[in-house]
Amino acid sequence: MPASDHRPAAQIPGGAVFPHRHLTGIAGLKPHQILFLLDEAEQWVDANRAHAKPDKRLAGLTQINAFFENSTRTLLSFEIAGKRLGADVVNMHAAQSSVKKGETLIDTAVTLNAMRADVIVIRHGSSGAVQLIATKVDCPVLNAGDGWHEHPTQALLDALTIRRRRGSIAGQRVVICGDILHSRVARSNMLALTALAAEVRVCGPATLMPAAIERMGVTPFADFDTALDGADVVMMLRLQNERMSGAFIPSTREYHLRYGLTDERLARAKPDALVMHPGPMNRGVEITSSVADHPERSAITEQVEMGVAVRMACLDVLTRRARGVEGWA
Amino acid sequence: MKRFFANSRLLSGADSLSIDGDTIVADVQDDAEVIDCAKLARNGGILAPGIIDLGVFAVDRKACRAGGITRVGLMPDQSPVLDDPGIVRRAALMGKPDLWVHPLAAATQGLAGADLAEMAINAAAGARAVATGRRWISDSGVMRKVLAYARDCGLTVIAHAEDSGLTANAVATEGETAMRLGLAAAPSIAEALAIARDVALAEETGARLHFRQVTTAAGFDLIRRAKARGLPVTCGITPAHLLLSDIDILDFRTFAHLSPPLRAESDRQAALAALADGTIDVLASGHDPRGPEEKRLPFADSEPGMSGTETLFALGMTLVHNGTIDLPRLFELLARNPARILGVDAGALEPGLAADIVLIDPDAPWQISGAEMHARAGNTPFDGMPVQGKVIKLWKGGREIA
Repeated sequence: MPASDHRPAAQIPGGAVFPHRHLTGIAGLKPHQILFLLDEAEQWVDANRAHAKPDKRLAGLTQINAFFENSTRTLLSFEIAGKRLGADVVNMHAAQSSVKKGETLIDTAVTLNAMRADVIVIRHGSSGAVQLIATKVDCPVLNAGDGWHEHPTQALLDALTIRRRRGSIAGQRVVICGDILHSRVARSNMLALTALAAEVRVCGPATLMPAAIERMGVTPFADFDTALDGADVVMMLRLQNERMSGAFIPSTREYHLRYGLTDERLARAKPDALVMHPGPMNRGVEITSSVADHPERSAITEQVEMGVAVRMACLDVLTRRARGVEGWA
Repeated sequence: MKRFFANSRLLSGADSLSIDGDTIVADVQDDAEVIDCAKLARNGGILAPGIIDLGVFAVDRKACRAGGITRVGLMPDQSPVLDDPGIVRRAALMGKPDLWVHPLAAATQGLAGADLAEMAINAAAGARAVATGRRWISDSGVMRKVLAYARDCGLTVIAHAEDSGLTANAVATEGETAMRLGLAAAPSIAEALAIARDVALAEETGARLHFRQVTTAAGFDLIRRAKARGLPVTCGITPAHLLLSDIDILDFRTFAHLSPPLRAESDRQAALAALADGTIDVLASGHDPRGPEEKRLPFADSEPGMSGTETLFALGMTLVHNGTIDLPRLFELLARNPARILGVDAGALEPGLAADIVLIDPDAPWQISGAEMHARAGNTPFDGMPVQGKVIKLWKGGREIA
């Protein structure tokens, strides 16, 4: 992406900076739009830390968190974000099984719409499901993860964490390691970080590496030690339980041998390299406890903190048109 | 009834055609009713054989009539499966008199890929070939028996060519598009692997083998080599794999969710080359109407398939207009070759063959619209595409039906 695409958000008037109705993925966003969301999130980091007087700018708005796939931390993060901004937050846990067949997903979308939700946050197990729902509702839709496709707020919170800890994103050597094939976190991060001019390396066993990955503008590695050379950021992915024993890798101990982030491995990265993980972690599999809990290097709890701020920013920005914020109407 | 079609053009270069009852005859007969094609079509249009659509999943009479189709080969993937003579006989009568349905009986019981189905009995009930259905028979021992037994029964085996171990739950072809969309994808060599095995087994057993759809460069190479060695191996394709590639599934367009999935652009180019050089024998619609309950879903949860009978001819004409093939070759793909594979006396406008005739205007423009289709569902990935080539009139067995 040419550097000229990076324009400070302040130079662009009102809603023109972020003309999107929904946030279904990073794929549709321009670099300056990603930066705009990061800039917006900064104020909420400060406010949350200061336990500031609540800003109830979403008061009177209904936020529905429709989670068709199990989640604890992302759901909690979106709920806290909405409540901090004064929204009425309703959580809908739809069992995946009851929504899988027939028209039900569309029917669910139409039902939520009829209840006059002002913003809907959706997680679904099928790639593209959030986009499908977005076409059927009148309010903004926020993707909280769809299949293997995208998880845009995770990429935004990761980018914000990197920017705050490393000073910038451009030029940073970021290694994403683990199950790239099945990871929406990896896809959204590859899009966001390459758009913001980071050097992205992806690493994992061939069985968990999608074909044509280099078309994302990233460099694939099979050997973790080589990939770690000179890294500024090491982002570990969670290995799902069902993929641990035989289907994609022989065993967790073999995986740990080749791709576990240990202190010795981390020494190959830059001395001040940052360690990240979207959680929840499999301690002793993809990451050892001493690395995960490293007081200076690990940014894992900070990622969780940034998550709330980024989601507050997204909820705020996406509802500005409906709230008639000046310059956005 | 004797009829004389005048003032038109035939693919052979002749300008008129005579029929007696349901059969084409050589000589003009004095008492024949004259049909003046110049009054029906611009410049008299072109008289061509009725289209034989080899391998449809639904008997859709209205859509066939609109598409100039007079015969279909019906896939065994019905409910119930076409593996019993009663079911086969009923299927054979379903479309008459306008549309002749030639059932393709299941090669294995219930299409389960395990036990041989009753091929001779089903053939006696009207089946014109046996087919593996939507799936590949993964057990090589079973496939070998299917081929050997079908050879003895004089039946062609129509196979689906995707190695199921590689395709598993895949809904797309491995590549940039599937990777970006986060869809489960299978490598395109799944097709070549399946073809290589089945061709080897066909060669060993001496069976006639037709692959309903071949869609990859490596697949065409194997077919080309098999043909060069003189093996009785043929293959088909649908317009989708000639005119679309995997980028058409971007935005999770479920109407472009097909089986086999759309391929890379390089494979599409190989398909066009294989069509031009004669490697491909059959152009078929793969007609599989799917309503919103099966298509308005997240991509991976949707059913594959497209509604295709009424766009088959016009999309074939696209390949004529863009110079890939000429008009006589198009009707070899649409009629003559499918007739040969099914062993029916039709597929060309020659004396002694069935008077299945379509009058076409090869240049008439129109726009494909899923909403305006005659088919049971308008799930076409070609919605909105401008095409040239219209069916003006259709005669089945000498009787005007459209």
